[in-house]
Amino acid sequence: MLWRVWLTLGWNDILQRYRRSVLGPFWLTASMGVMVVSLGILYAELFKINISDFMPYVCVGLVIWGFISSILNEAGGLFTSQELFIKQIKLPYSIYVWKFVWSKTIIFAHNLVIYVAVLLYFHIWPGAPLIFAIPSFLLILANGLLASLYLGMISARFRDVPQIIASAVQVVFFVTPVLWKPELLGSRRYVADWNPFYYLIEVLRSPLLGQWPSAVSIEVTLAITALNFVIVVACFPRFRGRIAYWV
Amino acid sequence: MRPMSSTKLAAALRLNQVSVSFPIYHGASRSLKKIILNRTSKGKIAKDASKRIVIEALNDISISLVECDRLALIGSNGAGKTTLLRVMAGVYEPVSGQVIVNGRIAPMFDIGIGIDPELNGYENIRLRGLLLQLSHAEIEARLQEIVDFTELGDYLHMPVRTYSSGMMMRLTFAVSTCFVPDIVLMDEWVLAGDLHFMSKAQKRIESFVEMSSILVLASHNLELLRRWCTKALWLHNGRVKALGPVDETIDAYQREAQ
Repeated sequence: MLWRVWLTLGWNDILQRYRRSVLGPFWLTASMGVMVVSLGILYAELFKINISDFMPYVCVGLVIWGFISSILNEAGGLFTSQELFIKQIKLPYSIYVWKFVWSKTIIFAHNLVIYVAVLLYFHIWPGAPLIFAIPSFLLILANGLLASLYLGMISARFRDVPQIIASAVQVVFFVTPVLWKPELLGSRRYVADWNPFYYLIEVLRSPLLGQWPSAVSIEVTLAITALNFVIVVACFPRFRGRIAYWV
Repeated sequence: MRPMSSTKLAAALRLNQVSVSFPIYHGASRSLKKIILNRTSKGKIAKDASKRIVIEALNDISISLVECDRLALIGSNGAGKTTLLRVMAGVYEPVSGQVIVNGRIAPMFDIGIGIDPELNGYENIRLRGLLLQLSHAEIEARLQEIVDFTELGDYLHMPVRTYSSGMMMRLTFAVSTCFVPDIVLMDEWVLAGDLHFMSKAQKRIESFVEMSSILVLASHNLELLRRWCTKALWLHNGRVKALGPVDETIDAYQREAQ
């Protein structure tokens, strides 16, 4: 029964975007598409890399990063924006989390249009590794659910947390190989090697580009998932009852 | 049209030594940065961050309601009536004590909850049904009656953001009273609409209340409480000042007010 509630609520969030404009969430896709093309051309030139190799890389990287960063950036409002509901009707808090991640997933699916367009334009067929994109995406999804749950809770209590997250996300974007390849780092490889977000992106980017993900990226992603899970288990049962007081 | 009742269990609502205290977070205690500064500087920096006022909203409330009980909540503003209703609704978990609920609860605090302005009337009716955790069949079975009751006709195909406030009231009222739960919690009596709709709504809310097993009604309208309730709970600063038959308790409350 409960899944019908969050499926509907999350879907309504997306419908709201469609109701007042024909393009709806494709506006987000359009702006991301413009970014992929312009940055793809620009950076391929700056780094002197072959564009047919670099553009798909930037495209997949940006689409995945868009999904991860939108979850991180907006998780802070997860509970505070639902104050009206939380203070009136008793629903499991997980509904708000599922609804939130579900609507972000729909937007991600819209953005995959750019990915398909780039594949067609450059005549790329990822082949068998593509199948691995499914478990990889589910792993990222699980992390999105877990992280947004505790980030939403902390942000309900401490109202400056969303701003802190926003600044952090910005920095992470620049130090994570999304617009550049880790090979370019030379002797400073550690910038990518010690960056958990690199692996989180890589585990999905590789299969989408037709390579099997490296064992280390799978291991690190699993470790991050375990860590997020532990944080949720440590926080949620303890502070769940306080959320209604905080929002 | 008579509202439909949910499956009858022996409804009960029991509060056992329930206490609720509210931390009032303000300014700096809402800031993680200031709290960290305060802790790491042994309280020298960001002194305001350690200030936290805790208000005892409810203190040691015990009450047991069974089938056919109609409880009036009285008390001055800030006595804890709304907080108590929210504890009963399961929104606030008490700091100590237990809340035992048997039966389906409908909080009627804000009947406009969950209305999505971009959706049309029908979609909003279904959405509300979902929020009340009704099954698809239950919702569809009630749909026509709700539609008839609102008298909104083809307007129901329009997004509700285009509705006037009166039309919106009809919709929310019809939806929120179509399904009678076991336990009704009301913060002030629900009133609705223009003259024609008002009398219809009045009948509807009356049968809604009559059919529920347990009613808890907080109001400042003492005549209304005398009419609808059998028991009264007088709250004063979060404590039970009196609990007894409705007339007796309200008489005492009125004497004190004068």
